Amino acid sequence: MKRIYVNEKWCLGCHLCEYNCAFANSGSDDMVKALKDVRINPRIRIEEKQGISFAVSCRHCAEPLCVKSCITGALSVDSGVIEVNKDKCVGCYTCIMVCPYGAIMPGSDGSVIQKCELCTNNAFGEPACVTGCPNKAIVFEER
Amino acid sequence: MKYVIIGNSAAAVGCIEGIRSVDKTGTITVISKEPYHVYSRPLISYLLYGKTDEQRMKYRPDSFYEDNGVKALLGVTAEKVDYEQKKVILNNGAQIPFDKLLFATGSEPFVPPMAGLDEVEKKFSFMKLDDAKALQAEINPESRVLIIGAGLIGLKCAEGILQKVKEVTVVDLAPCILPSVLDEEGSEIVQKHIEEQGVKFCLANSVAQFHQNAAILKDGTELAFDLLVVAVGVRPETKLAAAIGCKVNKGILTDAHRATNLADVYAAGDCSESLDITVNQQRVLALLPNAYMQGETAGITMAGGEKRYDKAIPMNAVGFFGLHIVTAGSYDGEAYVVKNGGNYKKMVSKDNLLKGYILIGDVARAGIYTSLIREKTPLDSIDYELIKEKPQLMAFTATERAVKLGGTKIED
Repeated sequence: MKRIYVNEKWCLGCHLCEYNCAFANSGSDDMVKALKDVRINPRIRIEEKQGISFAVSCRHCAEPLCVKSCITGALSVDSGVIEVNKDKCVGCYTCIMVCPYGAIMPGSDGSVIQKCELCTNNAFGEPACVTGCPNKAIVFEER
Repeated sequence: MKYVIIGNSAAAVGCIEGIRSVDKTGTITVISKEPYHVYSRPLISYLLYGKTDEQRMKYRPDSFYEDNGVKALLGVTAEKVDYEQKKVILNNGAQIPFDKLLFATGSEPFVPPMAGLDEVEKKFSFMKLDDAKALQAEINPESRVLIIGAGLIGLKCAEGILQKVKEVTVVDLAPCILPSVLDEEGSEIVQKHIEEQGVKFCLANSVAQFHQNAAILKDGTELAFDLLVVAVGVRPETKLAAAIGCKVNKGILTDAHRATNLADVYAAGDCSESLDITVNQQRVLALLPNAYMQGETAGITMAGGEKRYDKAIPMNAVGFFGLHIVTAGSYDGEAYVVKNGGNYKKMVSKDNLLKGYILIGDVARAGIYTSLIREKTPLDSIDYELIKEKPQLMAFTATERAVKLGGTKIED
């Protein structure tokens, strides 16, 4: 299946992927309204240090520890995409404890978790972080 | 192929999904004492709290048994296993033949002898859905609840009911709460937080005598209560397995494929032991993720596939009244401790490996630490000073990151 891959040599550290992610998952069709004066809580995060930067988001592992460990059954795999059912999640953070990439994080109010679902469950339809990356440091490919 | 699973919780589901990843046609029968579709046991406190309900507690969708071709015998008890004839005998007289058998029998609450306990009219365990329903039916805004046991079960129960009752008091023999999960300093932080919500603690204490609705503690304190919850601990349910000659220590012993010493007989979940790689000892690791993964390994093995479960570690993610705790591994080694406001971090290393950690408050990206323990990552192969500050992939080499994030395949 197609997954998101990053090439840190090409990452500018511009953080646009974080903003595009927050917008794509905001439910709004106006980026300014969605993000103005909002402290964003994106599902993709840039790590940066001394000139090195790269984006981290869910790897959609073939052997997903988060899904196997989820105590509620809120995390499941649908055609390779690891999805969260926020209605079932109780915010125990077991998935945060087991994800080796640190790619699952609390949602904005902390009561449930959030994670990258490759924009399959929002209006965007394809990963907004990839589409908006100005230097092709984030790609969506079959490998 | 006829697969039979005794038990119907996380290990059973792991086994079913494991079998079906290899064998789409064999018959699978699940035998469960409880009359319920598979549900998540740890959610019973969230049920009382009101954060979930019986429908959302289901660990798998309503169509799960049908989708996986499973015959679910719910509300019946496996009385005996006839290993020679390869069949399980139920309390209703039915005999269920098997080619491969999984014990996923879980654990039972342990109730230590306490003087006068028989006199207590309203007493509860807190493990199963029926326990939660029974407790829910009895509590009211005037209830005074006494909980014996300041472990995960007792404290999650306290959280679940606190807003619905008049008072909750927790008694434990240990001087600290959550003794099996936290160190002393961490448990003080969590205890203070829980006390601030209104829960009272009597620690390093125990009930000397019950007189109906009063408990006399060892130090002479008298506590009046309306409802008693006994949450002292659990014991692996191993009777059926032991009776046919499975090797049992505290739990049923298995190899890394979850096979017992008897051919065609497997065990997974809280009834069984695993090798805890942080201390290199067989232990019962009674937690849901381990149960699922043990069950999955058993299922794949039973169906003829190849799978090992050899990275077991103790770990817990739990929250109390909004304060999150994540712990993993064991705490014997060199400790690095940071206290910062309400946040607490302890990382324990030994022999160039991370052995364990405790995070209270800020638990972001904790899984990066867990993976260091699970994968036995040599600490001199990463920037340990950097990762001690906070969990981050920056602490790995660029080559390792290219594998983790860039899709670079590891060359054999």
